[in-house]
Amino acid sequence: MPFTNTISSFLQFLQERYPDILVATREHLTISVISILLSTLIAVPVGMYLANNKIKWLHSAVFSIANLFQTIPSLALLAILLPLFGIGMKPAIFALFLYAILPILRNTYAGFQSVDQSIVEAAKGMGYSASQRLFSIQLPLAFPYIMSGLRMTIVYIISWTTLAALVGAGGLGQLIVSGIGVNKQELVLAGALAAILLTVLTDQILGFIEKRVFRKVKAN
Amino acid sequence: MIKFKAINKTYNDGHQVLKNLNLTINQGEITVLIGPSGCGKTTTMKLINRLITPSSGEILLQDENIANLDPIKLRRKIGYVIQNIGLFPHMTIAQNVAVVPRLLKWDKKEINAKVDELLNLVGLDPNIYRDRYPSELSGGQQQRVGVIRALAANPVLILMDEPFSALDPISREQLQDELVRLQQEIKTTIVFVTHDMDEAIKIADTIVIMKDGEIVQAGAPEQILRHPANDFVKHFIGSKRMQSVQAMQEPTVDDVMADQPAVIYPSRGLAYAVKLMESRKVDSLFVIDKNNKLLGSVSIYQILDQYKDETKLVADVMKPAPHVVLSGTSLSAALNLMNEHQLSNMPIVKQEHQFVGLITRGSVISHMTELYTSEHIGGEIHAVH
Repeated sequence: MPFTNTISSFLQFLQERYPDILVATREHLTISVISILLSTLIAVPVGMYLANNKIKWLHSAVFSIANLFQTIPSLALLAILLPLFGIGMKPAIFALFLYAILPILRNTYAGFQSVDQSIVEAAKGMGYSASQRLFSIQLPLAFPYIMSGLRMTIVYIISWTTLAALVGAGGLGQLIVSGIGVNKQELVLAGALAAILLTVLTDQILGFIEKRVFRKVKAN
Repeated sequence: MIKFKAINKTYNDGHQVLKNLNLTINQGEITVLIGPSGCGKTTTMKLINRLITPSSGEILLQDENIANLDPIKLRRKIGYVIQNIGLFPHMTIAQNVAVVPRLLKWDKKEINAKVDELLNLVGLDPNIYRDRYPSELSGGQQQRVGVIRALAANPVLILMDEPFSALDPISREQLQDELVRLQQEIKTTIVFVTHDMDEAIKIADTIVIMKDGEIVQAGAPEQILRHPANDFVKHFIGSKRMQSVQAMQEPTVDDVMADQPAVIYPSRGLAYAVKLMESRKVDSLFVIDKNNKLLGSVSIYQILDQYKDETKLVADVMKPAPHVVLSGTSLSAALNLMNEHQLSNMPIVKQEHQFVGLITRGSVISHMTELYTSEHIGGEIHAVH
């Protein structure tokens, strides 16, 4: 049976090459995590600031720029970044960082918008300072939105990180690229499966954390 | 307690919401600001905790100009209840009630004791409700929590912005009763904004009626009902409510009289008079001329005395009515007169002795019955706005 043969040869391949797969996974995670952390650090505060300000032109300016990054094709973006950052992890991280900004920003903004204004006003009227309002009322209430935006972004950033191999950043994409180059299907399969597994697993873990931390938040 | 001095408020778009407002709010009273939407009542209230800043004029809270106070500290001294309840959905009931004491960094034990005390005060068992979340409570229960949250830090003053208007009528009535009871217990000063006149009459010590950024009338509910300053106030109170108040306070003889008493012309004979009494089931008739002028009365006894003499007419046996009251006289005056002279009835006349009606014991009783069995007061009539 060719099918059983394929499976057994694939398992054998895994056994031989698993150290390489682990290294690629680690690189993959490093790229994803750094780019997401960076974009969260930028997008969440910006979203918070925008939601608490009513400066119209600033809103449209920020969202247009974030949208613009989103529309650049990923391959083209990587190509543009190469002369600026050289080869390696840097251009990859930077590109993914740009892609992650918009969804996180949008969800943070939406989360803050979703907080009932009368609740914020009640807090103000009772003597919460602006920062107390932000951190003990608005942020906890907006958190489910921010979290779901983050979850979604993390999932697709992990899967896009496979592209990072094209600029020599390594990661699971490297297995796929090499597999194509030497026409070794096991390599392609291993890279793809590992990326899928990583995505699903991360999503599950995040979902679990979300539930544990926010089971207390019962918005009406 | 609070003095507004020559307050003006104009928004950036040029709309003037408050025009030279002067108002004193008394310590320990419930003051209700009422008026149609856009009259500036909520703006007036929000000036007190500096959610809104006046364009000119000053506000004194306990003789201190609030413009010189730190708004955040000021707000922590003032309880605040809003229309949409505004409980924090991510905090338990106990945490919600304890919000201001926590901001003021009270001792934990002290906070817990206060929370339990307040929950008991509004009939929410602390053992059951402490650790629940707002979404697990009914609207009425939530607003009870909203009210005690405002009380938690022993505020000098509580502001309530249409706090019960989003509730169903039954919860609303209950909460109004509870508020009045609470206020009598704790003697706090409360400034209450509403557009519901029934609510205002029910809870207010002082009602301030506003229109277009100005105070139209301020006074005790009783005073406003009895002496509305102008047509706007009359209209706002609602004519039906005013009528019932007037009826309660001073019914006139006209409200009570039976307006179709049995009458006879003086030219009729005695036999006819007896027939008429039989058919109307009365023992006396009032004698009037063609112009409806009251001439006197005849009783069955006077007729029977002279009945054998067939030539006698009503004119010969009647007696002038010794006691009459003018239409528009108060009922109490008429009843006093009837009592004094042991009369079973009292004719009512207009100018020129025009006969208009009659008060009898029966008509008084039926009027009273009508008054006390129908719910005129606090009923279905709402102010137009």
